[in-house]
Amino acid sequence: MSDYNFAYLDEQTKRMIRRAILKGLAIPGYQVPFASREMPMPYGWGTGGVQVSAATLTPDDTLKVIDQGADDTTNAVSIRKFFKKTAGVATTEETAQASVIQTRHRIPEEDLREDQILVYQVPIPEPLRFLEPSEIETRKMHSLEEYGLMHVKLYEDIAKHGAIATSYAYPVKVEGRYVMDPSPIPKFDNPKMEMAAIQLFGAGREQRIYALPPYCEVVSLDFEDYPFEASKADHACDMCGATNSYLDEVIMDDAGNRMFVCSDTDYCASRRKAGHMGAQAAAASAALKETAA
Amino acid sequence: MIEIKNLSKTFTLHNQGSVVIPVMEAAELTVARGECVALTGASGAGKSTLMRMIYGNYLAAGGSIIVDGVDVVTAEPREILALRRDVLGYVSQFLRVVPRVPTIDVVAEPLLSVGVETELARDRARDLLARLNIPERLWSLSPTSFSGGEQQRVNIARGFAHTYPAMLLDEPTASLDAANRETVLSLIEEAKARGAAIIGIFHDEAARDRVCDREIDVSVFTPGMAA
Amino acid sequence: MTPLLKVENISKFYGRRIGCKDVNFDLYPGEVMGIVGESGSGKSTLLNCLAGNLDPDTGEVLFEMRDGTMRDTVTMSEPERRMLSRTDWAFVHQHARDGLRMNVSAGGNVGERLMAVGARHYGNIRDEAIDWLGRVEINETRVDDRPTQFSGGMQQRLQIARNLVTGPRLVFMDEPTGGLDVSVQARLLDLLRGLVREMGLSAIIVTHDLAVVRLLANRLMVMKDGHVVETGLTDQVLDDPQHAYTQLLVSSVLQV
Repeated sequence: MSDYNFAYLDEQTKRMIRRAILKGLAIPGYQVPFASREMPMPYGWGTGGVQVSAATLTPDDTLKVIDQGADDTTNAVSIRKFFKKTAGVATTEETAQASVIQTRHRIPEEDLREDQILVYQVPIPEPLRFLEPSEIETRKMHSLEEYGLMHVKLYEDIAKHGAIATSYAYPVKVEGRYVMDPSPIPKFDNPKMEMAAIQLFGAGREQRIYALPPYCEVVSLDFEDYPFEASKADHACDMCGATNSYLDEVIMDDAGNRMFVCSDTDYCASRRKAGHMGAQAAAASAALKETAA
Repeated sequence: MIEIKNLSKTFTLHNQGSVVIPVMEAAELTVARGECVALTGASGAGKSTLMRMIYGNYLAAGGSIIVDGVDVVTAEPREILALRRDVLGYVSQFLRVVPRVPTIDVVAEPLLSVGVETELARDRARDLLARLNIPERLWSLSPTSFSGGEQQRVNIARGFAHTYPAMLLDEPTASLDAANRETVLSLIEEAKARGAAIIGIFHDEAARDRVCDREIDVSVFTPGMAA
Repeated sequence: MTPLLKVENISKFYGRRIGCKDVNFDLYPGEVMGIVGESGSGKSTLLNCLAGNLDPDTGEVLFEMRDGTMRDTVTMSEPERRMLSRTDWAFVHQHARDGLRMNVSAGGNVGERLMAVGARHYGNIRDEAIDWLGRVEINETRVDDRPTQFSGGMQQRLQIARNLVTGPRLVFMDEPTGGLDVSVQARLLDLLRGLVREMGLSAIIVTHDLAVVRLLANRLMVMKDGHVVETGLTDQVLDDPQHAYTQLLVSSVLQV
């Protein structure tokens, strides 16, 4: 442990953040302003998620941190180390073992439980921002439930691309009331947002917190003749053979060879441990052994 | 159809020393359906002024002007607008149009205003334009570039497009050659035959004698002229 | 027939300066009221008070809602007034940029009000947008272009289409032809006349241009220093002006 207060933030700050979280849970999808603190990482590196996690963690919690689904990327590793140092909590890479999961841009493949909390890192919390630059106007639109503009965005997509081109940060309507930006998760993950766990969203630079209580109704926006599709690459995971997980496309060499791998590293690893093998599993392990050697 | 009683008019020119000019006093006139009454009198005697007052274009200082039961002097703007749309037609000496509107649409507009379907309105416009010898190649052009005589004929076509029960005609045969004058006089006779009440100003005596049943010399209404 | 709009004792002050004072009039369906005056006359202040963009200091603006009741729009709740301005009312700005979303396609601009009142079928929305673009003489090939690619006249016509798509009954226009080339103005005026007639619109148009008002409005109000100095049928006010200021205004117009 160090000289930091538990999880870095002082207790008053945590109370302030918790109040915002409670408000967010009471009004699902509503963006609650909060006084974002100066954190030891720059804006754009997850300060919002970190503040929410810091206010949520207790000494008994087990923390998992993922970035684009992976536990072993730089950001995930750094944040996990941060909380190890400032909170001394147990950490894990296994989704099922974690009580608090902080994520950047993905929802774990494995279903979450009622005793888990998912914390999202959010860059721009306002779904209407790109079409309506005025904060005063967007706040009014939310309070008056004037969401025609959101459909204008989708209309523009279809007019330009023939289909709703938004593939991540796909806007949703929560409990039939607020339109929300789910953070830059792939639209494939949108249906997962109706889950048993609590979902908390933190935007540090923009100073907003929003939340979804368990079993919230979350509907992705669409048109009657262009319905929402949770699409992914038409492939199975080349490592574990999963057909229903979101995939990363990895270029193998300069000849253009590629493989598709589960973006959720823990999910892929557990499946392989259970014996599932994908098409290129053998070749991949050989390559890994080579680089390790 | 048209009944004018004790009508008076003054002009007050505020920007010229507030000079007050009384131009009409105690004017009386009645026009029945199917009648055509000519307004006569020297230039400046008040013929056009009286016509404009009947149309609501000039305000009266006192008296009443009853057209088809509506007193133009005291009526609400919307009542006068409705009157002008359905009942009272006015062919002035000048053609005033929105630039760039084709002639055929200029003539059809009064019919569109009373709800006639577009193609039907245009057909009637075509008939009138043909009758008034406006060449077909001009129908799709704006009349703003036409000669004075052609503009006058377009003006008349527009004025006669809708079958108004009452009509005000200010010099309808001016700047027209014999053939076209003949056509206009026929149009007036046809209007009379279907029961329209018409008030006209004609400098052309022959035309006046042909279509008008009576003459009213408006100079008797000029203040100071009453015997 | 009941009036569509009853304006009663509207006044707006800026400290001790008068924006507009004691304005009263009724507007009936199908009537187009022109408000003319020079700069500083209060005409734009009045228009904005009527349209709900400014809060008047006194008075009521009673509008006949679709269910037949007369409601004071000045004291109406903001959500209701915003809904009104998306459905029964329309506001055409002098500069098309103020009334359009410049980074949204023409079709999206026209379709927005439809989507705002719940339209959720892309194909239908697009068809209706194309239909309306046609009515304002914008070719359907431009439906996916942004307004930044349009000329000034086209932008203004697009603004009109965007406003009229939900079939409003009352249109406010602030210098609708200001800033446009003369030839473009002519076309726009004719378009507006046609739409007013076809849709049975009522309109209140603010302009300093007497020629525009003569062609477009059937009633006229002349304003000076915040007061209405004369009102009546347009042709009557212009041909037989009674008030000293109106006479001055009319006689000052240059003849071409």
